[in-house]
Amino acid sequence: MGMIIQGATGDWEVVIGLEIHAQVTSKSKLFSGASAAYGAAPNSQVSFVDAAMPGMLPVINEMAVEQAVRTGLGLNAKINKFSVFDRKNYFYADLPQGYQISQYLQPIVGEGKILIDLKDGETREIGITRLHLEQDAGKSLHDQHPSMSFIDLNRSGVPLMEIVSEPDMRSPEEAAAYVKKIRSIVRYLGTCDGNMEEGSMRADVNVSVRRVGEEFGTRCEMKNINSVRFMQQAIIYEANRQVDILESGGTVEQETRLYDPDRGETRSMRSKEEAHDYRYFPDPDLLPLEFDGAFIERIRETLPELPDPKKARFIKDLGLSPYDAGVLVAEKEVADYFEAVAEGRDAKLAANWVIGELFGHLNRTGKDLADSPVEAPALGDLIDLIKDGTISNRIAKEVFEEMFDTGKKAADIVEEKGLKQVSDTGAIEAAIDAVIAANPDKVAEYRGGKDKLFGFFMGQVMKATQGKANPGVVTEILKPKLDG
Amino acid sequence: MSLDKATVAKVANLARIKVEEKDLEPMAAELNNILGWVEQLGEVDTADVEPMTSVAEMRLRWRADEVTDGGYVEDIVANAPSGEDGYFAVPKVIE
Repeated sequence: MGMIIQGATGDWEVVIGLEIHAQVTSKSKLFSGASAAYGAAPNSQVSFVDAAMPGMLPVINEMAVEQAVRTGLGLNAKINKFSVFDRKNYFYADLPQGYQISQYLQPIVGEGKILIDLKDGETREIGITRLHLEQDAGKSLHDQHPSMSFIDLNRSGVPLMEIVSEPDMRSPEEAAAYVKKIRSIVRYLGTCDGNMEEGSMRADVNVSVRRVGEEFGTRCEMKNINSVRFMQQAIIYEANRQVDILESGGTVEQETRLYDPDRGETRSMRSKEEAHDYRYFPDPDLLPLEFDGAFIERIRETLPELPDPKKARFIKDLGLSPYDAGVLVAEKEVADYFEAVAEGRDAKLAANWVIGELFGHLNRTGKDLADSPVEAPALGDLIDLIKDGTISNRIAKEVFEEMFDTGKKAADIVEEKGLKQVSDTGAIEAAIDAVIAANPDKVAEYRGGKDKLFGFFMGQVMKATQGKANPGVVTEILKPKLDG
Repeated sequence: MSLDKATVAKVANLARIKVEEKDLEPMAAELNNILGWVEQLGEVDTADVEPMTSVAEMRLRWRADEVTDGGYVEDIVANAPSGEDGYFAVPKVIE
């Protein structure tokens, strides 16, 4: 569903396109042998190439090329065997070269498409315009000194993939779903860790508004947004700002704006406009980037099963609902965990346990799946105990609670606490007889036609057996006794 | 293609080169001479010629993804006019 803004003069449709900058997972930088790791001491991971010392020459990192191709394949995109690096010229303190080496007219990856996952298991196709390789700039710190800015060049030269979408999104929710899908795909591929807090994934968001079905309006760009929540807030604010301008007879200026999450508004960065005359030209230090079809095929052979095919398989082969399948495939680690639990078992039951109990407990305790005290084989063992009738589903929840708290095995907990389900008909029959004898009035009502009281008797028997009676056996014996 | 005075002033500003007002006009003339000279290449018919990307008969060299460089903060910041704790320090650039 697209977002419609109801203005005073009619309805407006929001149009969104995104540029995502994703840091390539690699040991070293795009054009130098300095480390690309996060969080080191200032300027300790800088080579003379990254510091733009005179006479230093860039040499491309083969891993960055491979990762870009791998990501392109994951985006169902055209891979360009011939691409060119250009200089994007601008002047800023954290860009020692005075230009960023990027790709302009001939990027390494061309058009592609992905499916985004919307509410209720619905999907929508979003076009990818291109993906290109480029260098990151250094980092400026403005709050360390009253009159100076501090510059750390550790990020300078780190390889980035810029993934540009078509203006295909129509609501903040779709933009959020797109970012999540890109993040999911690059994490499956192992080409970017997708960590938005550390800045290894960030987005520039282009927003415009138009009358439904008419030509695109003038867009504004909001740069460097590093949270999905802020992105959605920025889109809503910016779209409404543009509608207000248009409805009061003004025109939207194409410009770069800054989203300020503290104030919840976007502000013009007009002073940057002049500087953004980039004067691109092919970098004379670098020859064109070329590889053959065999190189692409070698990478294609190493691709993992991606979230969409995996989701389709979970629905078709395992009988999961589209919603459950979507939840389970979003993170590769979760999908792997689920598959380990479901292997050779009832997949729907496994999905319920992973999504319901396991996620519930992880959320409550603020843990990640990686730190889960209950590993996949242990959860599988618990499910086996339910399936073979050793414990009821209700008791299993208690057992899981204890497994999560103590890390003990399900079978040991059942043994220690004597939680085994009672299927012994003698013991159950005795409990049923006692319940019937204690509630003659209810028995009379039941026999008089109040069928709903069956649940009451069921509950009483379960209570008398501390929940351990096998519900199937109870029903089997209770029904004829009540019916008299 | 012909450069006017305003364009020269703009390009100089983007390149952070200071050009005195009185020098803009002569510089525009000089640059126009150079452009005119290069534009002679446009007279050659290149309809059937593959674009040349390098004068050297060679391919781009690739490097293995290994950490082989860095780890010399003192050398990196050695020529900086100002610095602190391993950082470069520059006049405040926040808007």
